[in-house]
This record gives sequence, structure tokens and C-alpha cells, in this order.
Amino acid sequence: MKRTSQKTCLLLTLIVSLVLSGCDDLQLNNPYSDSEAGQTVLYSSFTERPKHLDPAISYSANEYALIGQIYEPPFQYHYLKRPYTLEPLTAEKMPDISYFDAEGKQLSDKVDAENIAFTEYLITLQQGIKFQPHPAFAKDKQGNFLFHQLSQQQLDSINSLVDFKVADSREVTAEDYIYQIKRLAHPKIHSPVAELMKQHIVGLTEFSKQIAKKKLVNIASIPISGVEFVNQYQYRIRIKGKYPQFIYWLAMPFFSPMAWEADVFYSQQGLIDKNITLDWYPVGTGPYMLVENNPNRRMVLEKNPEFHPAYYPSEGEEGDRERGLLEDAGEKLPFIDKVVYILEKETIPYWNKFLQGYYDASGIASDSFDQAVQFTGQGGEELTPLMKGKGIQLQTAVATSTFYMGFNMLNPEVGGDSERARKLRRAIAIAMDYEEHIAIFMNGRGVSAQGVLPPGIYGYQTGQAGINPYVYDWGNGQAQRKSIEVAKQLMIEAGYAEGIDNKTGEALILYFDTAASGPDDRARLNWYRKQFEKLGIQLVIRATDYNRFQQKMRSGNAQIFIWGWNADYPDPENFFFLLYGGHGKVKYGGENAANYQNAEFDRLFEQMRNMENGSERLKIIRKMEAIVRYDAPWLFGLHPKNFSLYHSWYQNLKPNLMANNTMKYKRIDALKRVELRKKWNRPVFWPLIVLVIMFGAILIPAINAYRRRAKETMQ
Amino acid sequence: MIQYIIRRFLYAIPLLFGVNVLTFVLFFIVNSPDDMARMQLGQKHVTEQAVENWKQQRGYHLPLLWNDQQQGIKKVKETIFYQKSVNLFLFQFGISDSGRNIGADIKQRMWPSLAVALPTLLVGLLVNITVALMMVLFRGSYLEFSSIVLCVILMSISSLFYIIGGQFVIGKLLKLVPISGYDGGLDAIKFLVLPVIISVIAGIGSGARWYRTLFLEEVNKDYVRTARAKGLTETQTLFRHVLQNALIPILTGVVVVLPLLFMGSLILESFFSIPGLGSYTIDAINRQDFAIVRSMVFLGSVLYIFGLLLTDISYTIVDPRVRLS
Repeated sequence: MKRTSQKTCLLLTLIVSLVLSGCDDLQLNNPYSDSEAGQTVLYSSFTERPKHLDPAISYSANEYALIGQIYEPPFQYHYLKRPYTLEPLTAEKMPDISYFDAEGKQLSDKVDAENIAFTEYLITLQQGIKFQPHPAFAKDKQGNFLFHQLSQQQLDSINSLVDFKVADSREVTAEDYIYQIKRLAHPKIHSPVAELMKQHIVGLTEFSKQIAKKKLVNIASIPISGVEFVNQYQYRIRIKGKYPQFIYWLAMPFFSPMAWEADVFYSQQGLIDKNITLDWYPVGTGPYMLVENNPNRRMVLEKNPEFHPAYYPSEGEEGDRERGLLEDAGEKLPFIDKVVYILEKETIPYWNKFLQGYYDASGIASDSFDQAVQFTGQGGEELTPLMKGKGIQLQTAVATSTFYMGFNMLNPEVGGDSERARKLRRAIAIAMDYEEHIAIFMNGRGVSAQGVLPPGIYGYQTGQAGINPYVYDWGNGQAQRKSIEVAKQLMIEAGYAEGIDNKTGEALILYFDTAASGPDDRARLNWYRKQFEKLGIQLVIRATDYNRFQQKMRSGNAQIFIWGWNADYPDPENFFFLLYGGHGKVKYGGENAANYQNAEFDRLFEQMRNMENGSERLKIIRKMEAIVRYDAPWLFGLHPKNFSLYHSWYQNLKPNLMANNTMKYKRIDALKRVELRKKWNRPVFWPLIVLVIMFGAILIPAINAYRRRAKETMQ
Repeated sequence: MIQYIIRRFLYAIPLLFGVNVLTFVLFFIVNSPDDMARMQLGQKHVTEQAVENWKQQRGYHLPLLWNDQQQGIKKVKETIFYQKSVNLFLFQFGISDSGRNIGADIKQRMWPSLAVALPTLLVGLLVNITVALMMVLFRGSYLEFSSIVLCVILMSISSLFYIIGGQFVIGKLLKLVPISGYDGGLDAIKFLVLPVIISVIAGIGSGARWYRTLFLEEVNKDYVRTARAKGLTETQTLFRHVLQNALIPILTGVVVVLPLLFMGSLILESFFSIPGLGSYTIDAINRQDFAIVRSMVFLGSVLYIFGLLLTDISYTIVDPRVRLS
């Protein structure tokens, strides 16, 4: 008996020591396959499956994060240069732009915008650019497509795109770019920019009507009057009037080439029934191709073997060389072999996996903020010692977005052009302490807005000249919010001393319409109420669901609301149009949610939007900002500041808020990652052993008690 | 028996129809087809024309339940309700409002849900019955008292705490399993260990106490006294006689949930990034995707009805005295 116990003890000791000695290399918590360990794989995540991956439909940031790496429009934003600069991507050079009058006579570049009836963009493409390998291009020896008419037998063995054993490619031509423009106009595609593009591209409206009843696969041969095939590598787009911002649209995935073969391939019902559609399996020319798409679990991008030669930029803005951002200058792109996006809905597991090194980058959720970032005495931000110890890098960038509190200008209480209403709005603007809001609710991750334009957009002004003089004063080298006394004085002048309407003698009650009604929003809504209370105004929160809120906005029944706008492109037109009278939400169903209308502002906007950047345009932009600050249809809220964390092995990092295709520039030091992951993830076994011993300690007396009891029962 | 099953199936039809109408009415009280279109089309540059086009293409331009513009049977057939709901009875779930085949999505997502739910059910059953039997075995002792206290404590803790705590201790501090994730085939095991352990522990409190009650009810019966009198030990009595006789309520309780295992668990799947059906319905509600919502509610109802039928049948198997008529 004794000998058996000794043997058991010896065996246990041996197992434990073996397990413990093997721990150095063990990574039990590694969620990835061991075969990926040394590869340059980037691990990222998504919280919600993207709705669309068709470049004619996709229009949100999470979708662009994927398709930006797959589809290539003719132009792109330079990765390093600031201000944001466009450069050719699949185009040979920037487009040749020509202006014409109504008779078709070519005009000079310097002619006034009102004389220009049409603008033509001649786009010249690089030769030799090919689509990614895809079964849609596969042909047999006779030149017939192998998979354009799949039989039931073939379909039975297909569950995803990888089940096609043959794939081919072909060269991209101007026809493919034209075909994509045609797709934008097809009613079945539901492109979010279709209506906008119909306003600009000549003949697109007529084309859309003409093809409304036709199948998508039959539209390739039908011409559009405003889009012309010049030759294999050139096409021409004719737009109405002058619209300089059109070039920015040409840098968005909407204008990427699309192969007609892809539409024919994906239009087969058998594939649609298996969720194999163009909306889920893109066919692009970019550095990566989507090889696995399970939007319920993970999506995987791999290097496109047909990707055309592309090189890391050799110039950037000042300081880029010192930051090591030009070390890869001239190197062939892309650097990363594979990108894996994993569905990770909750922030806590994501954050913990980032700290274990299983995600390469992370944002910072508010509950992890204090763990990651601390503020220095000067108000700057820096990483905590824990993060520094792991070699984590922090990058911050003010987003090209503006969040504002809008006043419905059609509302008799807060809207209109009267001096009373204007002063009321300005008083509220002073009372709403957005600096406090940023500190309390955003962990300091934001910049209070001084006007319509966010930083990074042409016309944004810093320093004393850039402040909103109705809300801020300049002191100690920074903008300082005016005191609440100034706001109270404005209230008196507006006829609302201490928040009492001097005409009726009743307290002023205003209504705040919002879709934020969850428990997390309660504190924020209370804070709004308190800000208005500073002026004696009672703020009634009318919280509702987003549908009802939108309905109220469309019908003009909202009084005060909060809304935001994220730049489509780095041009002030993309922000000022939110206040242009012709885009009023109630009257025209446009994006001017405040329904603001000012004849002078509208005139300046029409002038400014057609101008090239320069001193003249800047002067107009300043005037427009001044008008809006004076009228205060918006209470300029804030521009969010993005905080991102990256592990030390993640390189070539520079925030670029305009470009969607930055993955190709990034680099991963896979060996360093392997080492650090091993170091950070050694399993800890001793608590398990303690647990087993404790369990035994509890069990033994119980067994003894049972034996005793059994003996008593027997007796 | 067969007649009984057929009758139950026939009862299910009006029941499912009622569930369908209720889901439809509730959904469209909150969301209009316009809202759905705007949700699908995004926030920027959405025009009335685009909204109309979307509704036309997806069949949401029709009246909800009754079409006055049509004649005869078309008054019913040319409505959103008819067009969207009838095929459900043939288990054709159709295409979601975002354009994906719902049937294919359900097929793909039900297996991960099952992969978590089935081991949780089996291991949980085993652990709960064992703990309950131990409590009965040591009834009246400090062990039973401490176990009851422990069960009450375990019952009182929120399931979210178990999940976050489990991820923190086992995944983050001890680094014994991945914190979250999922993989196909045998690779799934390392991802399933933690959610299964957590689910089992979270269920011990209520499960063990419930089974203990069932066993205690049995141990005072005459046949147990007889078993003891003929000299069987306490363990023999418990495992051979008590357990067998307590199986009826245990089995019926288990059988009723079997079909619903496919439906998954919302919080657990969300925290462990398990691509199951648990979050499918909630995601669809958030995205105002009526096609998925109606399909999932319909499927849930069918499975529940099926579960109840299975329970009835299982009664006859475990207790020959029960006859279905």
C-alpha cells in the first residue's frame, strides 16, 4: 500500500515537473494556429459584420477598412503628405481636365465657373494592371467561361469561393471603370451615391431610366452619353458645370473597376442561395484579396499575386524621416502577407487579447482608458507605465468630423433671423461648456470646435484668428470660453432674463430631441439639462428611437438636436454644404438638418464650391465661417480625437483619415511578436494544483463521514 | 400515438400563424418600411427616390396586411405580410434585407451554438446530478448545509460576472485558454473549454438545488425504505433506485430544451465571439432586418413546439403508465 502511494506521488511529481518545465514554450491561450506564428499576419477585428462589400454600395468606415485594400479607384491620397494630397493609383497620371461652354466650345482653365457648362475628366490608366485571380475569369481551352453556367452537380460541391479549384485573371481596361459607373446607376444596386452622381455626370439619369428594367448583366453594352470609352487605357467622364470636388469621388471605391464577368458569375441563383455574391466576395485589383469571408466569424485578406508593382513613398511631410516613416522608401508593397479580421463584439475580451499580444492594434474603450493613458501636467497625453513596459505606441489624431448641437431654424422659439433668437442661441453656445463635456464624457478625447471646419480640412484656422469670437476670448495663448455672465447678459438682451420670457412672464422651456435613450446616455442628458439651467432655461429631453428622431428631423418638428458629419473628402465644401439653404432637410430632404438659410452664405457657398484652393477661396471661406458664427444655427460642439494603441512590432504608422487603402504600407515584425507573445503568455498552473488539493481536503473528511455513517447504518 | 402527434402538428399551424401575425404587428409598430430602407441605405445622401427604389425592390412598397387596391384574394396576397410570411411555413426563409440568404446563415451559425450548448447541457447535467446526489447523501450534515449556501451564492451571481470573471482569471491571469474566439473542427475545443466551464458553474446553483428537491422527494418514499431494509447501502439506494425514479422530471426538463439548443446564448456567444445563432436575432433587430427577425421568431416557435411534443413522447418512454391519446 505504502509502495503504491509512493509510486503515485513520484508519478504526480514527474507530471507536474514535466508540465512546468514545458511552460517556457507553451502558449495555451493562443487563439491562432501555430503555423501562423512566424508569418507576417496582421490580426484585427470587427464588431459588426459589414453590410456590403460591393464598391457601388459600401459607404461606411468598417466596410472601407476591407474593400479599401481590395478595390482600387484611379486615384488615392498620398500616405504621408499633409495636407491631404491626391496622387494616381491605377491611373498613369492625374486626369486631364477640360472645360466647355454650352455650345461645346473648349474654354480656358481660368474662365469663371458660371461660364462652364461641362467639365471633362480624361483618365489615363496604367497598363498591365490585372484583376485578382478569380473563378469568374477561368476559361476552358476553347475560351468558354468555366463557371458562368454552373450545373446543380457543380453547385453541390461548392460552399464558398475556395471550393473553385480553377481561377484566372485578366487585364483591367477602361471598360471596367465605365461598367462600374453604369452599375452605380442601376436601381437594383441601391448605390448611396447614385442620386448625387446623377446630378453631376451627364446622361446618368437618362441611363438609369433606360436600364431600370434590364438585368445588371445586360447593361455593359448600353452607352452613357457622359462617359466615353476612348481606348483600352483611357476613358472620359463629362460632368455638368464645374465641380472640382469630383476628383475626390474618383479616389473612392465607388469608381473602382468592376469586371462584367464578376456580375455574370455572381448572378447565378445557386451561388446566391449560398451567400456567394459580389456583395460578399469582392473581385478587385488591390494589394489584397478576400480569401475567406465568414462575416459571422472572421474575414481573411491575403496578398493578391496579380498585384501591380507599387512602392512605399519616398517623400512625406516634415519630421516623417525622423520618425522613421521613410525607412521603407522605394520598397515594394505590400509588406504584410495576410490580414485576419476576427469578430470580437465585446471590448473587454478584445482589450485583454490586445494586452496578450494577440491583436496588433487597439482603440481605447472608456473603461480601459485609465489603464492605458494618463495626462501630463501640461494637458498632453502619454501612456501609463504598464503600456510603456510593453513597448506599446500611442497615436492620436483629431478626426475630420464635427459634432454639433443644431437649432432648427424653422422653429419660432430658437430659429429664425431675429436678433432675439440669435442672442438666445449665442447665450446657449456660451453656456454649453464643451470643454467640460470632453473631459467628463470622452476622457479628454476631443477638441472643442470653433467653427464648421475640423482640423485637417482646407480653411481650418488655428490660433487667435481661428476662434469663435461670440463664444471664446483669447487669453494665455489659448481660447477661453466666455464667462456665464456674458451669456446671461445675452439672455437679458434677448428678453429672457433669468430664463423668464419677459413677454409672457413664464419660464423658457426648450426641447432637446435625441435618439439617445439608453441608461448610458442618462448622465449625458442630465449634463445638457444642467448647462441650460445655468441660464434658467428648462430643457425638456424628448428621447425617442432613431426612426422617430429622423422622422422629426425630416418634418421639422425637432427644436434642438445633436448631429455630426464625417468628411467624405478634405474639402470645405463637404462641410459648408451642411448649412447651404438648397440642402434644407425639411424643404429639400437634404443634409442641412438645421434648415439654415442665409442668402449671403448661400451665394458665397455657390462661389466657393467651384473654386480651386487659393487665397481667393480662403477669403470666402473665412467670410462663410464668420456668417455662421454670427448667426449661430449650430452650437459648434467638438471634433473627436482618435486614440489608437499599437504594439512595438507594428511599424510605418501614420494616421491618415482620408485614405482607406493604408494596409499596404504597414509592416509587422513577426519574429519580435513571437518572442513577446511567448514572454507574456506563459501559463500559470499552480492555482490549479492548489485547487485540486483544496478539493481533496474537503472531500476526504466527507468520505470519512460517509463511511462512518454507513457503518452505523449497517450496525 | 401517431394520431396524437398528427393532432399536435395541426394545432401548431394556427399557433405559428398567430406568432407570425404578432411578430409582424410588433415589428411594424416600431419600424416602418421607410425606416428599414433608410437603415439599409445608410445615413449619407439618402434621397426619397432611393428609399422608394429600395422598398419597390424588396416588396415593402405594398400595404402591410390588407390591400384595398386589389380585387378578391389579391387583397390578402398583395401585402407585405402574405409575401413575407407564407414561405416560412415551407421553411423557406428567403433573403435578408441586407441581401444574405437566411437559411444558409442559420445552417452555418447553428453548429457553433450547438457546440457550446450540447457539452454545457451534458456536463452540466452530470455535475448537477452528482452535486445534488452528494447533498442528499450527506443530508443533515455540515456538508449539505454548506452546499446549499454555496448554491444560493452561485444562483445570486449574475451570469455576466461569471463570464467576465472566468475570462479574467482563467484566460488572462492563468493564461490556460484563449480569452475568446472560435475555430472549426477539433480546433474549436480550446475555445469551448472556458465557455462550457463557465456555463456549467453558473448553472450549478439552480440545477443542483432543483435536482436535490427531486431526490429528497424520492428518498422518503416507501420503496427507498424497502431498499434500505433489504440491506442496500445508501449509495446503492441512491444510484440504483432514487436516481432511476427521479429521472422522469429530469428527462422531461432536458428534452424540452433540446431543440432550443440550436438557438444559442446571446451574452455567452457575444463575449466569447462564438459565431452562433444567439446574437443573430438581436443583431437583426438592431439593423431593423425584418426578414431575419420573422424567420428567427418562427424558427424559435417551431422548435419550442417540437420540444414540447418531444417531452410528451418522452413521458411515455420513461413511464409506461402514461399513454398519449
